[in-house]
Amino acid sequence: MSNHAETEHHIVSPKLYVVIFLSLLCLTGLTVAASYVEMYSFNVVVALGIAIVKAMLVVLFFMHVKYSSKLTKLTVFSGLFTFMVLIFMTLADYISRAWGRW
Amino acid sequence: MPENTAIAGATEVEGHHEHPPYQRHHFETMGQQNDATNFAMWLFLLTEIMFFGGLFTAYLIYRNWYYPAFVQGSHQLSIFWGTLNTAVLITSSFTMAMGVWCAEMRKKSALVLCLVLTFVLGLVFLGIKSIEYHEKWEKHHVPGLRYNLDSFLNPASDHEVYQEYHDKPLPLDMARHTELYFFLYFAMTGMHALHMIIGIGILTFMIIQAQRGAYTTGHVTFVENFGLYWHFVDIIWIFLFPLLYLISRHAN
Amino acid sequence: MSDTIVVLPDQATARLPKTNYLNKENGLLSWLLTGDHKRIAILYLISITFFFFIGGALASLIRLELLTPQSDLMATDTYNKVFSMHGIIMIFFFLVPSVPATIGNFFIPMMLGAKDLALPKINLLSWYLYMAAGTLAIYSMIVGGVDTGWTFTTPLSTHYVNTHVITTGLAVFIAGFSSIFTGLNFIVTIHKMRAPGMTWFRMPLFVWSHYAASILMVLGTPVLAIALVLIVLERTIGIGVFDPTKGGDPLLFQHLFWFYSHPAVYIMILPGMGVISEVISTFSRKRVFGYTAVAFSSVAIAVFGFFVWAHHMFIMGISNYAVLVFSLLTMLVAVPSAIKIFNWAFTLYKGSVTFETPMLYAFGFMGLFTIGGLTGVFLGTAGTDIHLTETYFIVAHFHFVMVGGMLMAFLSGIHFYWPKMTGRMYPEKISQLAAVVTFIGFNFTFFPQFILGTLGMPRRYASYPPEFQVLNVFSTAGASILGVGYLLPVLYLTWSLKYGAIAGNNPWQATGLEWQTQSPPLTENFTEIPIVDHEAYDYEWLERQKEKEVASA
Repeated sequence: MSNHAETEHHIVSPKLYVVIFLSLLCLTGLTVAASYVEMYSFNVVVALGIAIVKAMLVVLFFMHVKYSSKLTKLTVFSGLFTFMVLIFMTLADYISRAWGRW
Repeated sequence: MPENTAIAGATEVEGHHEHPPYQRHHFETMGQQNDATNFAMWLFLLTEIMFFGGLFTAYLIYRNWYYPAFVQGSHQLSIFWGTLNTAVLITSSFTMAMGVWCAEMRKKSALVLCLVLTFVLGLVFLGIKSIEYHEKWEKHHVPGLRYNLDSFLNPASDHEVYQEYHDKPLPLDMARHTELYFFLYFAMTGMHALHMIIGIGILTFMIIQAQRGAYTTGHVTFVENFGLYWHFVDIIWIFLFPLLYLISRHAN
Repeated sequence: MSDTIVVLPDQATARLPKTNYLNKENGLLSWLLTGDHKRIAILYLISITFFFFIGGALASLIRLELLTPQSDLMATDTYNKVFSMHGIIMIFFFLVPSVPATIGNFFIPMMLGAKDLALPKINLLSWYLYMAAGTLAIYSMIVGGVDTGWTFTTPLSTHYVNTHVITTGLAVFIAGFSSIFTGLNFIVTIHKMRAPGMTWFRMPLFVWSHYAASILMVLGTPVLAIALVLIVLERTIGIGVFDPTKGGDPLLFQHLFWFYSHPAVYIMILPGMGVISEVISTFSRKRVFGYTAVAFSSVAIAVFGFFVWAHHMFIMGISNYAVLVFSLLTMLVAVPSAIKIFNWAFTLYKGSVTFETPMLYAFGFMGLFTIGGLTGVFLGTAGTDIHLTETYFIVAHFHFVMVGGMLMAFLSGIHFYWPKMTGRMYPEKISQLAAVVTFIGFNFTFFPQFILGTLGMPRRYASYPPEFQVLNVFSTAGASILGVGYLLPVLYLTWSLKYGAIAGNNPWQATGLEWQTQSPPLTENFTEIPIVDHEAYDYEWLERQKEKEVASA
């Protein structure tokens, strides 16, 4: 037997799934609508912001991370962290290669 | 569901207590087994994040280097099909989540229904994707294999797109870089589609198993872990959609 | 005080245990379809040894060619293929899986008090992937090989060479998945399969270092995979992502490649460091000094490992600011590595040190790794790197770390764990000789290369100016001594399988859970799941155990 208690198995109610599903659809509509509005460089910010919110909804509720152990949360976080390291450390080179042109 | 909760973890270690048939011999309790496989699935998803990470990095760099080419490249994509596909995929994610719930509640026929719906929606997604790919093929926008620059050197010749965006012609040098945009488009959506195809394959197996009642006797880990995979594929698309289709609509 | 701690049972009455993992089932199929982590470890051990000797044969070809200044043994492009295949086979088919897939696979579950790894089928799959990848690599070698260097450098690999880049790339891609599955399995096992009472800070340091290496395997390898996929696509349909004429950036490949391949260096060395921790403690009869520091230094190496990759690219045209930042970050990695070396040295201090074979190899590791590590600091310093990179200095540096460090650790581990894996001892004197021969041969081979490098001899050429010949002859002579040093263990270890003395449960009087069972172990490792109530490396606990056994007997 493992010396730490297994995670409590939480069952999310279908009602919550429906709510999440509908909000995902709404956010999809919203992001498409937003892309038709001229916001200059903010178009990117809004689109990615909405994408992040959508991804979080999926991760937290569909993938049950909200109800999962600290270990699962840490795992998700470490994946994002390394992903960010890859992107930002690489960009650090590219941005500083052509300073001011980014 | 008491069978799936931590209660099993509290039973005594000594002696040979009764194991459910699906418990592997090297685990002490069902709870331990479920936890371990679930954790393994998450670790596998980490590798997937990093796998796509390389492509996202490439996208970021080249979009910044060849901004006008990426803008006009993205004008070639149909926001209609993209949006529809996003909705299809989100719906399939929802039916999958409901599938996990059905398995947990031991509703066999509902589980089969959910899995079949997910399966069908997955196929619809791939169908729409192939319509889009076909259009790219027709318009000679497949990098490496079938590519020409007409739509970017002379945007007015491409009536439909021109009416919407009124793109100015790109200089030859920049126009050639649209090929990089389309490569990244095909690489990212293609890699995503490959994951969908694998997922659909596993779904076929699961539907057969579910019909035999394999997941509705208290052992839901497989369905759950597949759900994680399917949602992950959904998340990748959630990012691909704005990056490839949306964010360049107004940038000119 | 005796000069050895080895305690063997009375050979007249001693027998190997009647049932063990080796004879539980018979027949080839029972091995090929096994889920037992110990059997998979043996499968890995055999296949890894095979690839090591292929890589070694290629290495001897390289050294033979470099005996004379002209390229006379083989054509220059054959030489390019030979050193490329040497690198690819040694790195992806020997160093990366060496300790984790063999010793780690065998002992991590036992050290944790578990019956098996968490995912036995995935473990077997990982071996099959390894074999498939290995077969593909050998195939590509037979049909003509690859001459890009093990780094698949673009645009050379995508545009200028006409060798089997795709086949080899796919082989490495598949080997990567084998490595991912091993790492994933270890992480899950370490988190979820520990015996009652086995807290994180009671785990042997071997497990800690494997944990750190596994994190790197899981998070780093996929990036290599995508980089290789892009290479294959670039070669097949010419997508242009690394092609400057189409606007692609060859440096992007370097970023992606080294994002994995720098951490890969730690994937290779960390498990070796784990072995050294076990060996040093056992043969000094002392708890590893600063246990927590050593444990966390493994994790620190893993984390820092992700922030330093561009130091492989200083002369490739990355920005000067990036050079500055990555150079500075590179220095950080030296800190946890030094913590380890210092703590092992302090473990020896006032310990009852004995000099059995594993310990000799471990001493070799400490010395050679220190030299290799410190020359790494030279190379991490941007200024010196520009002078030394792409010379033999760098060749000597990574051979000191990988061969002097990792291979020494691997041999140390094999000698340390051999009695547990097979139940038999190897002849001590000749194995000590092998350790000494390896050490001498190694220094003869690679130390001259440091000098050659500082003198400016470039790497990757079949010919060189005649004034470098003396040192190259030294190096080649050393390589033949080294070759003897590697052949000896194969001979006497094989001999020992049949004729070696019966080892008994715990010949080294070591404290780990793996030593408290029979050797060779049972298929399910333990007759009952152990309950851990003591710290790692607690030699007093071991004494009390022995007293208890005597009292009950």
